[in-house]
Amino acid sequence: MNITVCIGSSCHLKGSRQVVEQLQQLIAQYNLKDQIELSGKFCIGNCVNGVCVTVDEQLFSVQPDNTEEFFHNHVLPAFQS
Amino acid sequence: MRKFDTKVQHLKYKVLREVARVAWQDQLLEKMPDIPKIIVPTDTATMRCCVYKERAIVTERIKLALGGDQSNPNVIEVIDIACDECPVDGYSVTEDCRGCIAHRCEDVCKRGAITFDEHQKAHIDKSKCVECGQCAKVCPYSAITNRKRPCQNACKVHAISMDENKAALIDNNKCIACGACVYQCPFGAIMDKSFIIDIIDLLKKSENNTKYKVYAVVAPAIASQFTYATLGQALSGIKELGFYHIVEAALGADMVAYEECKELAEKGFLTSSCCPAFVDYIEKQFPQLKEHISHNLSPAATIARYIKKTDPTSKIVFIGPCTAKKMEFQKEQVRPYIDSVMTFEELQALYDSRDIDITKLGEDVLNNASYYGRIFARSGGLTDAVQQGLKERDLADFDYKPIACDGIEACRMALLRASKNALPNNFIEGMACVGGCIGGAGCLTHGEKNKNDVDKYGMLALEKDISSAISLMNL
Repeated sequence: MNITVCIGSSCHLKGSRQVVEQLQQLIAQYNLKDQIELSGKFCIGNCVNGVCVTVDEQLFSVQPDNTEEFFHNHVLPAFQS
Repeated sequence: MRKFDTKVQHLKYKVLREVARVAWQDQLLEKMPDIPKIIVPTDTATMRCCVYKERAIVTERIKLALGGDQSNPNVIEVIDIACDECPVDGYSVTEDCRGCIAHRCEDVCKRGAITFDEHQKAHIDKSKCVECGQCAKVCPYSAITNRKRPCQNACKVHAISMDENKAALIDNNKCIACGACVYQCPFGAIMDKSFIIDIIDLLKKSENNTKYKVYAVVAPAIASQFTYATLGQALSGIKELGFYHIVEAALGADMVAYEECKELAEKGFLTSSCCPAFVDYIEKQFPQLKEHISHNLSPAATIARYIKKTDPTSKIVFIGPCTAKKMEFQKEQVRPYIDSVMTFEELQALYDSRDIDITKLGEDVLNNASYYGRIFARSGGLTDAVQQGLKERDLADFDYKPIACDGIEACRMALLRASKNALPNNFIEGMACVGGCIGGAGCLTHGEKNKNDVDKYGMLALEKDISSAISLMNL
């Protein structure tokens, strides 16, 4: 699975670093380091709804305070089936 | 509301603007011949002997706006017919000489070059004078002046001489493309080649960033520019021109600082590699010190490399205060990352070529780098950032003895001492322009406040330290 977090200015100001840090932690916690490629990209093109995160091309809007929820709803299920 | 320091810059800008205007319309060939008349519209000469000469010079400026002489690898070029062949007599005694009794000038002259006529007025024997300037210093009436061409005076690497027609001639083996002469020539006879046509082409062929994305990497010195509007508006203007996204070169500076402090601690002695003119200067004048140049790419190239990693088909344009960057991006190590370069002057011309009034635009944001990355724009900033890097990487034990040199003369002094093992410092921050990048020849304006503007901009950074700013780069 590829997760890309927008690190453009607009998303950065909305907390992309915190989102990345939480995702890194969660990925480690669930031992998914080998299965998830986490990367950054300058501007995903939906600045208004930042922080923009794509999971295998599907676009999500994530904030530092709902990153964990996002991970449980949209990332984890793919590995639990 | 003044956009430029001098009327020469304004003239150069007008030509760039008009060339860009027809390039956007795909009418370069058809409309180019009309440009001299647009710039010099009336039949009354205001700059030269006649309007025909004025227009002929504009035609030469157009050539430079289109990329200049392809057979000349240097990006700094002399417009021969614009060179006014300023006098070059060096030290001479003026009418102000009072014919005094003290004759300090005679006493101080070690070469015996001063003689006196029957009115006791001093004269300098050119065959003996070595242009040391001591006589001018001691004359109580300031009656001895040094008539030197402004371009030669500005050129601290002594790359400018005269050709057989007395026009300025640039020695490419010495020139470091800092642009000091471009900014200082009162006739605008020396210009930096422009790549705006390539940039317009890149933007157009991207078809609104659908074919590929065009990123602007903007130097932190922008904080001191476009002060007739806000920084956010200047950024909006860049997007309005068709750029997909803007990234701070200062983020590359953070990445460089983080690596450079480690390199310094490992090697024990290092010079910075951020300023392309400084690097070029070492390579040309102090080749024996070459191995001590930091192996990091410049901040602009470093961040461009990262952007290309995240978006391999992207095109990257560096926008900054620097003419030497126009040389740097053509280097083999940098070419894969930076596709083109323009100055703030050229950015202003591009805005106006599209009739974009940035003061009417909304505010865009630019916030990737830390305070330390941003202050690279002014002298001493890089030195502070390396210090901070040492602290953040637990290398604070390293005995850091930096020297920040701005202006080629200061750089030369430090390099000279280093080459003789007589420099007490172990890190040389070298910036070819006085004040650092904010003194760059491609700036619209140069002023006392610029340093404060950069520091203020640094304080506005979301990330307070280098590690936080670059943590996302390691993904």
